[in-house]
Amino acid sequence: MSAVTDLLQQVVEGLGSGAVYASLALALVLIHRFTGIVNFAQGELAMLSTYVAWQLVASGMPYWLALPATLAVSFAGGMLLERIVIRPVQGAPELTVVIVTVGLFIFVNALAGLIWSFTVKDFPQPFPDGGLDVSGVRMDWSTLGIIGVVAVVMGLLYLLFQHTSIGLVMRAVACNPASARLSGIRVGWVLMLGWGLAATVGAVSGVLVAPVLFLEPNMMGGVLIYAFAAATLGGFDSPVGAVVGGLFVGVAETLTGAYVDVIGADLKVGVPLVIILAVLLVRPQGLFGRAAVERA
Amino acid sequence: MSTITASLGTDRVRWLRPTLTVLVAAAVAVGAPFYFAPFQVFQLTMVLVYAVALSGLNLLTGFGGQISLGHGAFFAAGAYTAAVMLDRYDTSHLATLPAAAAGCFLLGLGFGVPALRLRGLYLALVTLSFAVFLPPLLKRLEPVTGGSMGLTVNKMQPPAWSGLAEDQWMYFVVLAVTAVALLLARNLLRSRVGRALLAVRDNESAAEVMGVRLSLHKTLAFAWSAMFAGVAGCLYTWVIGFVSPDSFSFVLSITLLAGLVVGGLGSLYGPLLGAAFVMYVPSVSQDVSEAAPGVVFGLLIITVMFVAPTGLAGLPGRVLGAVARRPPRTTAALDRMPEAESAPDAEPESQALSGPSETHTPADPAVVDAEPVGAPPRTEKE
Repeated sequence: MSAVTDLLQQVVEGLGSGAVYASLALALVLIHRFTGIVNFAQGELAMLSTYVAWQLVASGMPYWLALPATLAVSFAGGMLLERIVIRPVQGAPELTVVIVTVGLFIFVNALAGLIWSFTVKDFPQPFPDGGLDVSGVRMDWSTLGIIGVVAVVMGLLYLLFQHTSIGLVMRAVACNPASARLSGIRVGWVLMLGWGLAATVGAVSGVLVAPVLFLEPNMMGGVLIYAFAAATLGGFDSPVGAVVGGLFVGVAETLTGAYVDVIGADLKVGVPLVIILAVLLVRPQGLFGRAAVERA
Repeated sequence: MSTITASLGTDRVRWLRPTLTVLVAAAVAVGAPFYFAPFQVFQLTMVLVYAVALSGLNLLTGFGGQISLGHGAFFAAGAYTAAVMLDRYDTSHLATLPAAAAGCFLLGLGFGVPALRLRGLYLALVTLSFAVFLPPLLKRLEPVTGGSMGLTVNKMQPPAWSGLAEDQWMYFVVLAVTAVALLLARNLLRSRVGRALLAVRDNESAAEVMGVRLSLHKTLAFAWSAMFAGVAGCLYTWVIGFVSPDSFSFVLSITLLAGLVVGGLGSLYGPLLGAAFVMYVPSVSQDVSEAAPGVVFGLLIITVMFVAPTGLAGLPGRVLGAVARRPPRTTAALDRMPEAESAPDAEPESQALSGPSETHTPADPAVVDAEPVGAPPRTEKE
């Protein structure tokens, strides 16, 4: 295999994992846009959704039926969570909110362990084995499938936000909650909707990554760090940025793991740390984000 | 002014109560290792170790208002400093303590510089990813750190003259270090540094206008805080005699924050209560299930943030206040918490409230003393 095809191969694999980071980052960004909160429990919620899917499949439901059921459960769960756990601390200082989401992180992680134990579970791979071979670069159906699913999710979100009345209402709330409330929008419901959507998008990322990483309660811990890096790079209030950031982080991770010997496979997790630090020091609002203007 | 007469009237009580408390606590602390079985003494020792780490985190989070999800990493740095020195250079145990403290102070200083530009959740992000990154790094540095096998070092042996068992001797050594560390934390908060820290937490702009150098104090807060975590890590190595990367996963960092929140953010003895939690909740609930400690911790953190932001340490005061039916007064401790300012626009109101109510809570005199920030006397309408 020539060096170029090898490089391309690594890029393709990077895009595959990057698509997963992108979808979790998308969930983070959705919540941040609506509520100004960075949800440290996002990865764990995705993991919980994945367990729901696993349970449904294990109890005999066909995969393509279990998936929409899982997404529906996640959506409802996300809405409930906003109402019960997040609403009481809405508007509280960042310290409080971060601690509450960290508490949620610990709780959800342990809850999954309590219900399903910490043993690793096989998660069904929805995409067929094999793949395409484009001039020496091998593209597995699973990689292509992940990228395709994330693209579809992106497209649906775009349609929802730009071409439906609900989307308009949601954008109004994200833009200015007070004005939105004055013009008759029920902001509380929209916030719940936002969390529901985020939980659903997160669930997609969990279901996509589970066949690769194998399902266990700590599955999403590593993914979350990459998703944070992706959201930071793209800007915490830009969905497009989250996807671009996710793909970039995925490729950067794979390439450094493959080509920088000092880093290797074990130290790849340093890549998001470096990206987060670099972005925050050089361009804190991210590539696509708007700089926060503060009135003293 | 009513506040002055109130504080004069309770002056003797304020002096007497802490002294008595300290004496009783000291007597209990010294007597404990002769009463309990070795394993229980070991557990108590670990509580003290965690208390040092938590008081460091408390400096940063409780008093400084900055969030760190990476203090387990500083803890690990301290532990590995001690272990490597003992393993490779055969130094005495006591020599590792200043080295771990100084090393982590510098490390914290290095982290404090980016922390200046990162507020709130971004700081949490960076520290969290640092905590995630450290264990694989420790594994990689195998020639020094022993890789994933870790390092086994000699525990501290009791000198012959003491006539104590190993666990008892260890307990007293750790008790001494902990006492010094907690005293240091308390005095630090009563000093210029502490007052500046509180001012920065409560209102950055106002603090800067008063002449507090934000950059200096925020960086220093991180450095001090890291130093405490490093000292705790060093003690950990002394007590356990073994370090491995997997003991310091990012779960440790999160557990430390959880313990502090449950114990009481911004309270001087909150870290002790929190440390007891970090130690005993897992060991008690582990019998139920491997996951039970997490469930308990997670639920407790959320509940504490909702109903008692001052944590366990603030609970007696809140309960007593509620019994006395003086609802505005009971929020005194709460006002010192950042959470109390539930909405940005409610800020002036809550600060006005905190003025007269402070002197009515002698429960935590140190914090009350630490309060004056060099602010001009508040004009009260009473």
